[in-house]
Amino acid sequence: MSVESAGRPLEAKVVFYNDPRIRSLFFQLVLLALIVALFWFAYDNTVANLKKRNIAQGFGFWNVEAGFDISQTLISYSAASSYGRAFWVGLLNTLLVSGVSIVLATLLGVMIGILRLSKNWLVAKLATVYVEIFRNVPLLLILYFWYRGVLGLLPEPRDSIKLPGNIILNTRGLMMPMPVVSEAFIYPLTALVLMVVTAIGIILWAGRVQDRTGIRPKVGWLTAGLIIVVPAIVFIMAGAPLSFDIPVQGRFNASGGMTLAPEFVSLVTGLTTYTAAFIAENVRAGILAISKGQTEASQSLGLSHGQTIRLVIMPQALRVIVPLLNSEYLSLTKNSSLGVSIGYPDLVSVFTGTVLNQTGQAVEMVSVTMLVYLTLSLLTSAFMNWFNRRVALVER
Amino acid sequence: MKKFIAAAVVAAASFGLVSAASAGTLDNVKAKGQVVCGANPGTAGFGVPDQKGNWTGLDVDYCRAIAAAIFNDPTKVKFVPLSSKDRFTALASGEVDVLIRNSTWTMSRETTLGVIWAGINFYDGQGFMVNKKLNVKSAKELAGATICVQQGTTTELNLADFFRSNKLEYKVVTLGTSEEAVKAYDSGRCDAYTTDRSGLAADRLSMSKPDDHVILPEIISKEPLGPLVRQGDDQWLNLVKWVHYALLTAEEDGITSKNVDEKLKSDDPEIKRVLGNEGKFGESLGLSNAWVVQIVKGVGNYEEIFERNVGPNTPIQLTRASNALWSKGGLQYAPPIR
Repeated sequence: MSVESAGRPLEAKVVFYNDPRIRSLFFQLVLLALIVALFWFAYDNTVANLKKRNIAQGFGFWNVEAGFDISQTLISYSAASSYGRAFWVGLLNTLLVSGVSIVLATLLGVMIGILRLSKNWLVAKLATVYVEIFRNVPLLLILYFWYRGVLGLLPEPRDSIKLPGNIILNTRGLMMPMPVVSEAFIYPLTALVLMVVTAIGIILWAGRVQDRTGIRPKVGWLTAGLIIVVPAIVFIMAGAPLSFDIPVQGRFNASGGMTLAPEFVSLVTGLTTYTAAFIAENVRAGILAISKGQTEASQSLGLSHGQTIRLVIMPQALRVIVPLLNSEYLSLTKNSSLGVSIGYPDLVSVFTGTVLNQTGQAVEMVSVTMLVYLTLSLLTSAFMNWFNRRVALVER
Repeated sequence: MKKFIAAAVVAAASFGLVSAASAGTLDNVKAKGQVVCGANPGTAGFGVPDQKGNWTGLDVDYCRAIAAAIFNDPTKVKFVPLSSKDRFTALASGEVDVLIRNSTWTMSRETTLGVIWAGINFYDGQGFMVNKKLNVKSAKELAGATICVQQGTTTELNLADFFRSNKLEYKVVTLGTSEEAVKAYDSGRCDAYTTDRSGLAADRLSMSKPDDHVILPEIISKEPLGPLVRQGDDQWLNLVKWVHYALLTAEEDGITSKNVDEKLKSDDPEIKRVLGNEGKFGESLGLSNAWVVQIVKGVGNYEEIFERNVGPNTPIQLTRASNALWSKGGLQYAPPIR
C-alpha cells in the first residue's frame, strides 16, 4: 500500500505530527538545539570555573613580551618579541617542516612504490624490506634513531668535518656559506625569470608543432642555453652582485653563514622515511589497480618500460593514488608535532609548550592549536580534492 | 537519536558534577585514604623512583610528611609523575592534591595559574654546566655557545634574560623534558646545560662521564622552590604550610626521628606545644594533636630529610648554605607554633 499506488496523495489526510517530513524536521531542530546548548554549556561552564579558580583567561597575553628564545626562526624574533610573534614563528616552522617533508616523502614514496613492483628480485625485496621496517616502527623511535643514532654520531665542533666550499659539518648541524645579494642582483634575477618564461613559451610552441606535424622540434639545448647563459652574462655585466657570508670557526662553534640544524634535518628525515613507506604502498595499490592489458597494449605499441609507466600507467594510477595521498599528507602534518621530543621548535613545542606554560592558559592555547591544525588539514584536503578532480578530468 | 539525547544528558550532568566537586581538599584526601602528590620523575635527590618503584627525594619526603600528618602513615601517598610542562595544569584541574616538584615560586604563576605556594622548602638558583675540556671558567665566557634547556620552566626565561642583559649572543636548543635536555647536552649537541643548581648537581650524575663536567660559579636567578596547592582552600593551604614549618621547628628544637619518644617526656613548654602535649594545634588544622610526632617519626625533621636526600654524604653533595636554619646563617625560618 504505497503512497504512489493511491490516486491522490495520502498526506492530506495525515495529522501534521504524523507527517514524516515535519517529524524529521522537528527532530533535526531538537538535535541542533541540543548540540548548541551542549557547546554553550561547556563554554559557559569552563569560563565560570576558570574564574572561580583564579586562572587567567582571554587573549590578553597575545601582545605580552615572551621573554624566551627560539632556536629556529623564519621571521625575526627575539626574547623581547610578543607571545603572538612566537605563535607565528612556531606555525611557520610547522609549515616549513611539513612542506619539505611532503615533497620529499612523495618523491621517495613513489620511487619505492614503483621499485617494489620491479622485475628485479633484489630491488623488489629491498623495497619491501624498507616498507615493512618503516611502516611498522613507531614514528617517535624513528625520530630518535635519526636524531640520536645517526646525527648524534657527528663529530663535536672542534673535530668538525670540513667539506669543500667552506661547508662545516658537526654535531651542531651543517653550516654553509650564506649568499648575500646586493641591490644590483635584481638584474640577473629579472633576466632569469624572463628566460624561464621564454623557455616555457618555446616548449609550448614545440608541443603545438608536434600536435600538428607529428615531429617535435629539438628545443632542449636552446631552452637550457637561454636559462643559463643569458642570466650569467647579465650577472657578470651587473658586476657580480653576490657575495657569501662564510661560517668561521669560533671558540664554541662556527658562527656566520647559515645553519641546517640537526633537529630540522632529523625531523624531515624521520617524517619523510616514515610517510614514504605508506605512500609507497598507496602507489603500489594504484599501479596494481591498472589492468595488465594496459601494459601489454602499450608495449605492443612499441613504448619502452619507462614510457609505459610514465605515459600510460601513472596517469591512470594517479586516480587511485591521489585520494589516498591526501590522508598521508594530513597525518604527516599532524605527526610533525612529535618534533618537540627532539627539540624542533614547531607550533606545538613553542605555543602549546612554552607559551602555555609561561601563561598557564591551557584552554586558549589548545583551542588555538586545534583550530590551526584543523585549518591546515582542511586546506590540504581542499587542494588535494582540486588536484584529484584535475587528474580525474583527464579521463577519455 | 535517543542514544544521542541520553549521551547529551549524561555529558551535561557530568559537566555539572565537575563544577560542584570543589569541596574541602582535606576531606577529599581523608575519604580517598591517600594524598595524591604531583612529583618529579627525574631529578635525583628531589624526586625520582628507583628500580623497584620506590620514590625518593627531598620533595618526595615532603609528600610523605603530609601523609604522616594526616594518616600517621607516610606511605599513604600516590605519586603522580609530572613533566614541568604539565605540572600546573595537573594541579589546577584537581588531578593532584599538592604539587611538590621543585617548582619556582613566581608572581605571574601565583596571579594567573590559580595556584598558591605554601612555603619554600629549597632556596635555589639557576646555574650552568659545561664540559671541562671547553676550559670555560665563567658563564660570561659563553658568548656564541649553544645551550640546552628544558621547556616550560623559569629557566628558559632566566637564560634569555642573562644573555640579553650581558649583551651576549647564544643559541638555544629547547627540549620537552629534562631527560631529553640532559641527553642532548651529554651527546654534545650543546656546549652548556642550564637549570637550577640543585638540578645540575643531580643531572651531572646521569652523564656518561660525570667527572668531565663542571658547574660554573654564577648563580643567575633566584629560584625559591616549594610545595603549592590550588587557590581557594585555605584549610588545605594551612596544612601544607604548617607541615613545612613543623619540619623546620622540629630541627630547631632538636627533635629527630630517633629521639622523638624521649622528647615527648620533656618539660620544655615549647617542645610540649610542638609535640602536642599542650594546646590543640593539631586539631585546629583538622589533624590529631600528635601531628608533629607523626611527621617526625615518619620522615624525620628538615635536617634529616636534607641530609638523607641531597646532603654531603649523598651523591648530590649539596651543603645547607641558604637552606640552613635562620639561627645558623641560612634563610629557613618558621613562625612559632603557639
